[in-house]
Amino acid sequence: METHGLLPSAAPLQLIDPAGQPGRNPGELTFPEPDVLVGLHRRMVLGRRFDAQATVLAKQGRLAVYPSSRGQDACQVGAALALRDQDWLFPTYRDSVAILTRGVDAAETLALLRGDWHCGYDPYEHRVAPQCTPLATNTLHAVGLAHAATLQAKDQVALVLLGDGATSEGDAHEALNFAALWKAPVVFLVQNNGYAISVPLAKQSAAPTLAAKGIGYGIPPLLIDGNDAAAVYAAARAGVERAATGGGPTLIEAITYRVEAHTNADDATRYRDDDEVRGWLGRDPIARLDAYLRAQRLLDDEAASRLAAEAEQLAADVRDRMSTEAGADPGELFEHVYARPTAALELQRAALLAELEELQELEESAP
Amino acid sequence: MTTVMIPPAGNTARQAPAPVTMAAALNQALADSLAADDRVVVFGEDVGTLGGVFRITDGLAGKFGEHRVFDTPIAESGIVGTAIGMAMNGLVPVVEMQFDAFAYPAFEQVTSHLAKLRNRTRGRVALPVVIRVPFGGGIGGVEHHSDSSEAYYTHTPGLRVVTPGTPADAYLLLREAIRCPDPVVFLEPKRRYWSKETAVLTPEGPPIDRAVVRRAGSDVTLIAYGGMVATALEAAEAAVEEDWDVEVIDLRSLSPFDDQTLTESVSRTGRAVIVHEAAGFAGYGAEIAARLTEQCFHYLEAPILRVTGFDIPYPPPKLEQFHLPNTDRILDAIARLQWEDGGA
Repeated sequence: METHGLLPSAAPLQLIDPAGQPGRNPGELTFPEPDVLVGLHRRMVLGRRFDAQATVLAKQGRLAVYPSSRGQDACQVGAALALRDQDWLFPTYRDSVAILTRGVDAAETLALLRGDWHCGYDPYEHRVAPQCTPLATNTLHAVGLAHAATLQAKDQVALVLLGDGATSEGDAHEALNFAALWKAPVVFLVQNNGYAISVPLAKQSAAPTLAAKGIGYGIPPLLIDGNDAAAVYAAARAGVERAATGGGPTLIEAITYRVEAHTNADDATRYRDDDEVRGWLGRDPIARLDAYLRAQRLLDDEAASRLAAEAEQLAADVRDRMSTEAGADPGELFEHVYARPTAALELQRAALLAELEELQELEESAP
Repeated sequence: MTTVMIPPAGNTARQAPAPVTMAAALNQALADSLAADDRVVVFGEDVGTLGGVFRITDGLAGKFGEHRVFDTPIAESGIVGTAIGMAMNGLVPVVEMQFDAFAYPAFEQVTSHLAKLRNRTRGRVALPVVIRVPFGGGIGGVEHHSDSSEAYYTHTPGLRVVTPGTPADAYLLLREAIRCPDPVVFLEPKRRYWSKETAVLTPEGPPIDRAVVRRAGSDVTLIAYGGMVATALEAAEAAVEEDWDVEVIDLRSLSPFDDQTLTESVSRTGRAVIVHEAAGFAGYGAEIAARLTEQCFHYLEAPILRVTGFDIPYPPPKLEQFHLPNTDRILDAIARLQWEDGGA
């Protein structure tokens, strides 16, 4: 068995360290161009503000639930920006910032979590699959879409996001196996944030690293510092390029941390210490890129305050739009079950609409 | 684990009526669909080189190439999950689950994604995927090779569930399923793979969601599907001796259900018996009985009866004969339809 190139590095690859200095373990990662770094920083700042606003909206009850990705900003933004226009992103419920970064409208991004509909955007518009709530099932969709691209000679790559917990699911195994066999143009980006809700990685897997699992499938893995946006971008970009040139899949494990609880409904103090969280706050993805860019004179106070204002504008826009009700139409419930509603569904729709009409008449006739 | 051998399916005469098995008809439907539409791809376990354990895909990989017809790893969730992604990207996957009970690993992909993606995306993502599943017993298969799993699928909104009762309809229904913009679970009654019919295979006929009257009658409506259609027709012939004029309806489409054809028949006959191999409790027949009672109550001369498998795990081969509905049990059920109270 040829294992050359299938062993991940012992330590996570890093291009910029937590202090904003050049990382000591860059491996073969290509350092991104300055304009890319500036773009990563900008999108992380916007994404962080969006994420904070969504968290507040969830606490106010304006969103049904919000799983924050604060702390995972580098993965969210690095993955989305590494894709070419024709490529596809397969996100999970925690990847709203990646979806936003890909270009999906903020209100459409939040439609699922507000409870308007299960997916608020047209997946074909920005080539973003619906957010996947079951774990790892989307890995197979990504592999299928990518393989269909190969079969139809389309230059297209699929990048799928999954978490450390999702790597335990059978579908993750099947997807890695199918992808390797088919040499499918797909990138698996595992955001290892340390916890599957409350269960730490130590109770999830006995593998030395999740990246090391690649060797069993014949997939080259990359173990990276997931709080280093430059490293995430470089790794994802390398995966996209390998996939697009017939090299098949890449498995990336990005070591990161979920700063907030699983969702607004979770109490993280039941399973982790504040000290641990504080330690990770010291490795903040935005702070380190901020420091690096300032040292390189790619960012100054003026640009930073312009960016902060842009972020506030985005948050205000999200607030405004989330305070207006979308006006859900109960009649639409029957619309998208089949290509055309069946006769039985038309009867059920008519019954519901009659029921609503009757209610309205009762309300109107009430004194 | 199972290798069920049948003779390779040859080319079928299409113009003049000729004897054809259901297996050959299905093979022809796949070949004609692959030829008619470049987007169609056929894949699953053993469907390539071997031509499937039932030989339904025999010769297709050779004829259409391994980029159109190919083997996959033994991973049913992977097969359906990747089919979903392929359909999102413009293909029309037709996948094979080797046996009914071996399709269960794919259940989450079928129910949570295949059935729901159109709805989830407000109609923006259509998934024209066909999942072929050999189902049911009667072939002496050991454990896990004879399940009737239809109710699991019919209970899932967004899926179409169809099953042919005759070779000619196997051809037509599969062509229709592959042309259909909705995901279709295509249940193949494996005990009828080798049944023959003299027929012309044609892609034109009753629409995919229509039931068909296989035998007209005036006294009682016998409702069957898949492998039980032939059994019901036998029972109907035997019933002539008892002076019962039995109408046999082949449902074809289990979901959506063709209320119109069924209520028309039962309103006319006033009596109905439903036949299926699957366990009766919370089975598909319960839905039919409930619907027909709701819709035809004032026409009914007797309770709607069900002839089904027992509420037991599928029996071992030497005992399956006691489990499967047969002509006698159907005739017994017909006899219990309150004839003494009037009616015919």
